[in-house]
This record gives sequence, C-alpha cells and structure tokens, in this order.
Amino acid sequence: MEIDRYERWFMIATFTFIIGAALALMISVVGHHASLAESAGTINPEDVRTTAPFDAPGLHPSTDPDHDYDLVIIAQTWSWTPEEMVVPVGANVRILATSVDVVHGLKLKDTNANVMVIPGQISEVRDVHFDEAGTYWLFCHEYCGIQHHNMAARVIAE
Amino acid sequence: MTATLDPQSSDAADDVRVGPGWEIDIDGVTREDLAPVRRQLWLALVGLALGALMGIAQAADRADINLYDAFQLESYYQGLTLHGVALAFIFTFCFSNAFLSILGMRAYGRPLNRMLANASLYVAWLGVLLAAWAILANKATVMFTFYAPLEATPAFYFGAVFLVISTWIVFLNLVLTHRQWRAEHEHERIPLLGFVSLMTSLMWFLASLGVAIQVLGFMIPWSLGWVDEIDPQFTRILFWFTGHPIVYFWLLPVYISWYLSLPKLVGGRIYSDGLVRMVFIAFVVLIPVGIHHQFTDPGIPFTSKSVSFILTFFIFFPSTVTAFSIFASLEEGGRANGGTGLIGWIRKLPWGNPAVSGQLLAGIGFMLGGASGLINASFTVNNLVHNTAFIPGHFHLTVGTGVALSIMAICYWLVPYLTGRELWGRRIAVTQTWLWLGGVFIFSRGQMMGGIDSMPRRTQASGSNYFDAQGSTWEWANALTAVGGTVMFVSALLFFMVVIGTVANPIAVTGRQEIPIAEVVHGPRRSWAILDDIKIWAAIAVVLTVVVYGEVIWHYGGLNNVSGGFRVW
Ligand code: HEM
Ligand SMILES: [Cu+2]
Ligand SMILES: [Cu+2]
Repeated sequence: MEIDRYERWFMIATFTFIIGAALALMISVVGHHASLAESAGTINPEDVRTTAPFDAPGLHPSTDPDHDYDLVIIAQTWSWTPEEMVVPVGANVRILATSVDVVHGLKLKDTNANVMVIPGQISEVRDVHFDEAGTYWLFCHEYCGIQHHNMAARVIAE
Repeated sequence: MTATLDPQSSDAADDVRVGPGWEIDIDGVTREDLAPVRRQLWLALVGLALGALMGIAQAADRADINLYDAFQLESYYQGLTLHGVALAFIFTFCFSNAFLSILGMRAYGRPLNRMLANASLYVAWLGVLLAAWAILANKATVMFTFYAPLEATPAFYFGAVFLVISTWIVFLNLVLTHRQWRAEHEHERIPLLGFVSLMTSLMWFLASLGVAIQVLGFMIPWSLGWVDEIDPQFTRILFWFTGHPIVYFWLLPVYISWYLSLPKLVGGRIYSDGLVRMVFIAFVVLIPVGIHHQFTDPGIPFTSKSVSFILTFFIFFPSTVTAFSIFASLEEGGRANGGTGLIGWIRKLPWGNPAVSGQLLAGIGFMLGGASGLINASFTVNNLVHNTAFIPGHFHLTVGTGVALSIMAICYWLVPYLTGRELWGRRIAVTQTWLWLGGVFIFSRGQMMGGIDSMPRRTQASGSNYFDAQGSTWEWANALTAVGGTVMFVSALLFFMVVIGTVANPIAVTGRQEIPIAEVVHGPRRSWAILDDIKIWAAIAVVLTVVVYGEVIWHYGGLNNVSGGFRVW
C-alpha cells in the first residue's frame, strides 16, 4: 500500500510519542505516590453509620502501616461528615470515604486527592499530604441533587 | 444521468418549493427519499436550538443572571440535563442519521429503503418526545449520564432507548443497501464513502450495546419497580463502555466530511484511500477503552485502569494521521488557488465559503480539544482535572466545536441540497463561524482555568455558598465562561437566522446539486483489499472487547445491588 514518505515519518514520530508518554506516565503511576483512587472494599449504604471505620468519621491513627492517619469521611445529600477536619501539617494521610445515598465526588483542593464516592463502594486515597498550614477545601464534584452546589467541607492543616 | 426532482411529482404534504432546475447527483432518488433525511436534520437542529438556549442560561448563571424563571424551568440542573440530552444525544444522533443516510445514497448510487428511513425518523421523534416530556416535567433531572441511584421516570430511559434504536435502523438500512450493491458488484472495492459510512454505523452499533444492556437490563426494570435495588458501580461500567465510543459516533461523521468533502470544497484531493480506511478501522477496533472515564472510580482495579490507559493513548494515532492527511489535502487546494510559500497557501483557501471556514475553524478548535484530551487521558494527571470545570472546557472544543461547528458548516451546503433553496446570508454565516471559535476560546479558557483550580463541574455557581470564598481565579473563570458562552450563543442565533433564511429563500438553487466529495490521489487499487473485510475488523473489535471488559467484569465479581432510587431534585 502506498504511504507517503513524510506521512510514514509522521506516523513513526506519533507512535514514538505515544509509547514515550505512556511509559513516562506508567513510571509516575508505579514509582511515585500519585494518590490514585483505590478500593477499600464494599459496604451496604444502609449500614455505613454503624460499620467501622464509618461509625466514627474524622481523623484517627491509621490502621494501615504506611500511613500516619486515616481521614474517614461520609458523603450524603448535601453535606460531608465531618464538615470540618483538622490534620497535622506534613502527615501522611489516607482518605476513606463512602456514600449513604447517591453518587458524590470528592475533590480536595490543592492536593492530588480526587475520587468518586459511590454507594456500595469504599473509596481509598493513599498518600495525601498537607504540606502547608491553612484551609483545604473539599468539594463534591458530582451532581448529587438540587443542593449539590452547597456541598463542601474544610480540612484545616495546622 | 441525474435525477430531476420534478415539482409535479411532489405530494402536498411535502412543503418544499422546488425550483425548475433543481437536480441532485444521485440516480433514482426522489423527493420522498429526501424527506426523511431532511426531517432528521430538522430534528437535529431542534436539539441544537434547545441546547443553545440552555447554554446561554448556564453562561448567564455564572454572571448571577437567572434565566431559568423566564424559561419556566425549576432549576439549573433541569436545564443542564436538557442541555446535555439535547446536544449529546438528539443533535448528534439525528444529524448522524441524516448525514450517513444521504452519504449512503450517494456512495451506493441509489436511494436507501424508504420505509426504514421513515421508521428511523419516527422512532427518533418518539425518543425525543418521551425524553423531552420527562425532563420538562422535572421528572428526570439526572443529567445526560443518568447515574444510578438517581432515578428518573421510566419515560426518560425509554426515550434514550428509542433514540439509540433510530440509529440502529440507519445502520440496518446501510447494511441492506450495501448488500444490494455487493450483489451487483461482486469483485469491486467498496466505495470509500460507503465504507466510512458503514464503519461509522457499525462502530456505533457495537459500542451502543453497553448502554443498551445497562438501560434495558437494569435501569428500566429498576425504575419501573420490578426490581428494588441496583448496583451503582456496575451500571457506570456499562454506561462508560458506550460513553467513550459515543464520542467517535459524534466525531466520525465529521471526520468523513473533513476527509472526503472538505478537500473538494477547497479544490484539493483526498490523499490516500487506504489511509482513510485504516483510520476508520482503528476507531472500530479501539472501542473498549471506556474505563479511562473511571480512573477515579473506587470499584475498578488498578490493572484494568492501566490497560485502558495504554490503549487510550493509541487513539491519538488515527487522529494525528487524520490531521496530516487533511493538511495535505488543504495545502494542495491552497496551492492550486495560487497560494505559495510555507504557509501562504492558507490564505488562499476559500475562507469566504462558510462551509469551508466553519470546518477549518472547527478543526483548529478540535486540535486544542484533542491536546487537552491527552491531559484527561493521562491516568495520574487526570486526578488534577477529573470532574472539574476543565472537562466542559475540553469538550466544548471537541464535540462543542470540532463537531458542532462542523455540522453547522455542513448545513451551509446540506440545507440547500435538501431543500432546493439557495443559501441565504453567506456573510452572516462566515461571521457566525468566526464568532463561534472566538466564543469557545474564551469560554474554554475560563472553564479550564477554573478546573485546574479545582472548580467542580455541573455546579450552579450563582447559588453556591462556597464559590465566593475561592478567590480571583474562580471569579475570572466565571466571567470568561459567561462572556464566551454569550458569544457562542449569539453565533448560534446567527446560524439559525441563516438556516431559516435559506429555507424561506424565494430564490431556488440552479443546476445540479452535488454532495461535495473529492477525488483520491492514491486510489483503492493501491491499498490492501483486506481493509475492506468488514467482518474481520468487527470480529477483532469484539474479541478485544471481550478480553478487555472480560478482565474488568472478572475482577468486579458479582453484582453489588445495594441502592434503591433517589429523586433528590
Ligand atoms: C451556546 C453555546 C453553549 C454554551 C453557552 C454552553 C455552556 C455550557 C456550560 C456552562 C456547561 C457546564 C455546566 C456545568 O458544568 O455546570 C455546559 C455543559 C455541557 N455542554 Fe455546553 N454550551 C454550549 C454549546 C454546547 C454544544 C454545541 C455542545 C455539544 C454538541 C455542548 C455540550 C455540552 C455537554 C455534553 C455538557 C455537559 C453536561 C453535563 O455535565 O451533564 N454544549 N455547556
Ligand atoms: Cu454533589
Ligand atoms: Cu473517552
């Protein structure tokens, strides 16, 4: 089949770029603590408030050896529990979150944490750091009903 | 031989006034064959108009101006659901139905089955009426993604089903026409135009099976109350199986136009027959990458996400090949018009033709949209932008401009072709295309800067109790969104002015109306015959799908039916 010489070079260059970019990203995925969304199992939304760790939302020493603290968060229409959390600056924090009703989304401004909060699933975000003292806003970023735009919480690092 | 559309033969119900010299370039095609195509196009434009109306309301909300009371809508979210459904489903599907049908007729040199063409139209109307009723009655404020356990009234899901079925009927019609042609031309290569139309339809048929299973197997039984509980995570997996390749279905009709039609409009030729076929094959094979919309979903394992992420990067390949080929065609056209120098030929392209300016500007928007798509596709970087305003910033450049502006541009020859009326308001039309690109640049710049600063999408800015505390980046983001969105809306108004002016134009077209399709430099004889073996490519797509999604479902395990329905709007 006839493929023009320039076109062939163009295709090779594109191909190389794709492989290079994919490799670079895989390194960023595997080698670094990229705070990707992960699963910590399933849960029945009706039992959330009575099941550990969600029976006590907030900051606790971590049950995971790689982390200093677990930040346990419940999403419901249209608020987060807790609405205000205090964490130590620089600590290595793991977020655990779930929903008692519809799908929500957890976006923690100025950090890498970004995870869907889906009823029936426990979302986990590892290696979250609050490097500077101050207020970090936590927004719901999935449409969850008529007051979705008022669903925010705050994490205070000090 | 050409088909004359004799005014005498017209039925009274068909109200297009045909001028004395109106002929089209497809043998045997009568007014009755064109009618369903034209009406699908009108339905698409109804979708665009509804979407644009909601768009201006969303833009105005960013400037604290409330248009929802004036539109008699209950909420921002009701309007946003309508915006999404009208544009992502109605506008795009019905345009594809119309465009692929007329291209199929042209490719195979015969009318399509008229009964099926009408069936597709009526089923689409049924879908639109059901979905529109559900949304306007505020019984389906669930966004166009309808994630469970938000529960819409059953009519909403039925509406979606009928819209999809209307596209399947067009696929069936193309297949039947293709087989008719094949019986007469046993050893010939499939005409390029027929091949790409068929592959687009085939791709979408395979891709839409995910959402078909989701809606028919889960959402409808659940919303009817036949089953009490549903699995929110699993239904998302089915949704996004279709939700990724749906963007191919929006895009490929426009790729057909860029590859085969735009070169003709600028006086160039199609570069290579084989390359075009390969690009369309690539999109069929690359169906199963929808997991990349779920990088932040908890219930999908890391391995599945990694596989999807790598496969996704290969989509970049057919798109850059497309860019190369189309630039080559354009350059040939520009030089044929006397353009010289490295970029001097660009000025010599027929920018005064709105069908050209619209598609060229759409292409520019699309290139930026594609580049921003690489950000979303990058597993780790995606964390920065997922579900933020960056995403609407991205896709108003791709589907909102690359596709939508191209469709508007195509209308500038297609509406005269289908109605026999001369284009009215050419200068307004050219202005419209520039305004759209300018508007969307401002709009997307705003949405993207907000998104990078964590501004969530699908959020009513004016009512929020936390927007004001976020500082000047968000203020700028909202201001730019409002201004850019308003410019886009004005551009849309001008578009509709031109379309209505054309349909009502007392001046009939003169002479034979042609679908602009260019010649090929390296014709089919120099490309591999195996490219035409559609069954093989379909089989490869199915196998890849089974492997990729088999792994996803295997890992997922059993259903986790935990959620009843919620109506929280
Ligand atoms: C007048 C022109 C337009 C304006 C002013 C406009 C404005 C907007 C805005 C502000 C949003 C974001 C709303 C939010 O996240 O809260 C949005 C979402 C969206 N737009 Fe547009 N838009 C326009 C045209 C289009 C076109 C032509 C398309 C596609 C063909 C399109 C497709 C979408 C889709 C699919 C969404 C997402 C809806 C959702 O999140 O459920 N828009 N639009
Ligand atoms: Cu929300
Ligand atoms: Cu995608």
